[in-house]
Amino acid sequence: MNNLFVYCEVNEDGLVADVSLELLSKGKKLANELKIKMEAVVIGNEIHDIEAQLYPYGVDVIHLAQEKRLFPYTTLPHASIVVNLFKEEKPEIALFGATSVGRDLAPRVASALRCGLTADCTSLEIGNHTENKTQKEYINLLYQIRPAFGGNIIATIINPDTRPQIATVREGVMKLEIFSKSFKGKLKNLSLDKYMKEDDFMVEILERHIEKQKINIKGAQIIVAGGYGVGTKENFALLHQLAEVIGGEVGASRAAVDAGLVDHARQIGQTGVTVRPKLYIACGISGAVQHRAGMDQSAKIISINNDPKAPINKIADYTIIGNVGDILPKMIKFYKENSK
Amino acid sequence: MSFRIVVLAKQVPDTRNVGKDAMKADGTVNRAALPAIYNPEDLNALEMALHIKSKIKGAEVIILTMGPPRAAEIIRESIYRGADGGYLITDRKFAGSDTLATSYAISLAVKKLAPYHLVISGRQAIDGDTAQVGPQTAEKLAIPQITYAEEVESVDEKQITIKRRLERGVEVVRTPLPALITVHSSAPECRPRQAKLLMKFKHARTVTELQEEVRDYTELYIKRPYLQIEEWTVADLHADVEMLGLSGSPTKVKKIENVVLQQKETVLLTDADKDIEGLMKELISAHIIG
Repeated sequence: MNNLFVYCEVNEDGLVADVSLELLSKGKKLANELKIKMEAVVIGNEIHDIEAQLYPYGVDVIHLAQEKRLFPYTTLPHASIVVNLFKEEKPEIALFGATSVGRDLAPRVASALRCGLTADCTSLEIGNHTENKTQKEYINLLYQIRPAFGGNIIATIINPDTRPQIATVREGVMKLEIFSKSFKGKLKNLSLDKYMKEDDFMVEILERHIEKQKINIKGAQIIVAGGYGVGTKENFALLHQLAEVIGGEVGASRAAVDAGLVDHARQIGQTGVTVRPKLYIACGISGAVQHRAGMDQSAKIISINNDPKAPINKIADYTIIGNVGDILPKMIKFYKENSK
Repeated sequence: MSFRIVVLAKQVPDTRNVGKDAMKADGTVNRAALPAIYNPEDLNALEMALHIKSKIKGAEVIILTMGPPRAAEIIRESIYRGADGGYLITDRKFAGSDTLATSYAISLAVKKLAPYHLVISGRQAIDGDTAQVGPQTAEKLAIPQITYAEEVESVDEKQITIKRRLERGVEVVRTPLPALITVHSSAPECRPRQAKLLMKFKHARTVTELQEEVRDYTELYIKRPYLQIEEWTVADLHADVEMLGLSGSPTKVKKIENVVLQQKETVLLTDADKDIEGLMKELISAHIIG
């Protein structure tokens, strides 16, 4: 069996993005289970000591492409390099971050290689498969697991016959874990003329403004999250008040973001951020699968909902039946009275 | 030669407004209970196309949609808002297509409309949220792609400059044409229907729809041939059937699980003062907060 590849994104500071390190952490486990090696593809410019950055995650081979025009990312040269490298190396599995870059690049690569691709996986596992019609057996496939169809179902997707099996995963879904601080792999510098062509640079970046992340819900220990049931911006202000008083961040479900109640950067769930806080207070959130996928590993969950049958209540440690507008001010009041 | 803009639009079940009756008792999705709508970001794409049309003399906007016969509604809706025409890609042989097989079919349809200058679609459809068909179609057409477009900064017959919305910022890029653009929901909303166009095109139908009409449209269509919406099948696209549907789709669904939640031991509280105070005290004493 051939190896597992992770496309590593590099940020403005020459550092590999968290989402890529998370994928390496998961990739190493999958590779070990399959008894194959893990290789990283790193494309950019002025990348900070890549060997020191990646080897601790158990990367056996780093394929490095460095050139001025390769950062910031544009689709065509990165796609050419990845496609041509994959044609040579024929990876078994390839993982990309489900970011602005990964979601632009992975489909282009999958199309060129005529391979299957599953977006926004919430879990990756190894498993077998028997084809119903032909009874053909497939051993050690990548199970690409994601909520589908409005989040009412969980689908397990496989690519039995095409390689690589490609998946994208959002930031925060996989846990960041160092494999071994003393691990050493090897570095291969790619000879660029072989992999890309002049035409790949026809798209020019004229301007670029990237902001440092202002809202850090991924790292928050306490999250007060609101859904469509919060109803109004005024009620959302109560969430901010509670979060401030108890030292947390405000999150939201997609429904609340779509309704314009709150900024997209705060969205938690399959198409937002995945969080694992010690306390998650879900206000007016019904709890569709996509939302739960982003928060169900929270240590303690409180659901505030006027619907006793809301699905989120089933995973909550505490369920308060009532209106967000009544309950939050009381929580703020009693917290202030009882904390020292 | 006119400046041709092809818009890719999809009819989707409205998964954003999944009501209680959208799930059947056995936990499966009741598709009939979900209204079919114009995919929201495809409406942003249509607006961008109509905006570009207003900037370039002689530009035309052509809609391509793929789906069952009732997806012709997407073409009518687009025409009411200012599109010049459209084609419905429909054939049972497309059923079961994943994004790769879909983009293959769409790329053949776009090629049939050559020479084209721009292909514009929404970033993603709300029924799958994959955002794959745009980039995959661009790859099959061997043209550059600009994803997550928010605004057209400038456009002429040779090139377009686009502001893109990224996770943590914006980027302005320029690409030569032809190119494919996927449009982000932060782009301007689509203009409404125009009463004049609605009156003119309300009887626009595909052949399949005409067969189901009680009223005889024959005479009307002889007088107003522009009302005919053309349908394209696998044969019209000269597509390789092996590359469509299930056989052309490398991804297979191994398993679908209905989500059945195991009830955790939840403490049920009311909004009474004593309940809330008790909870806050408990959280504080357990050092979860405070």
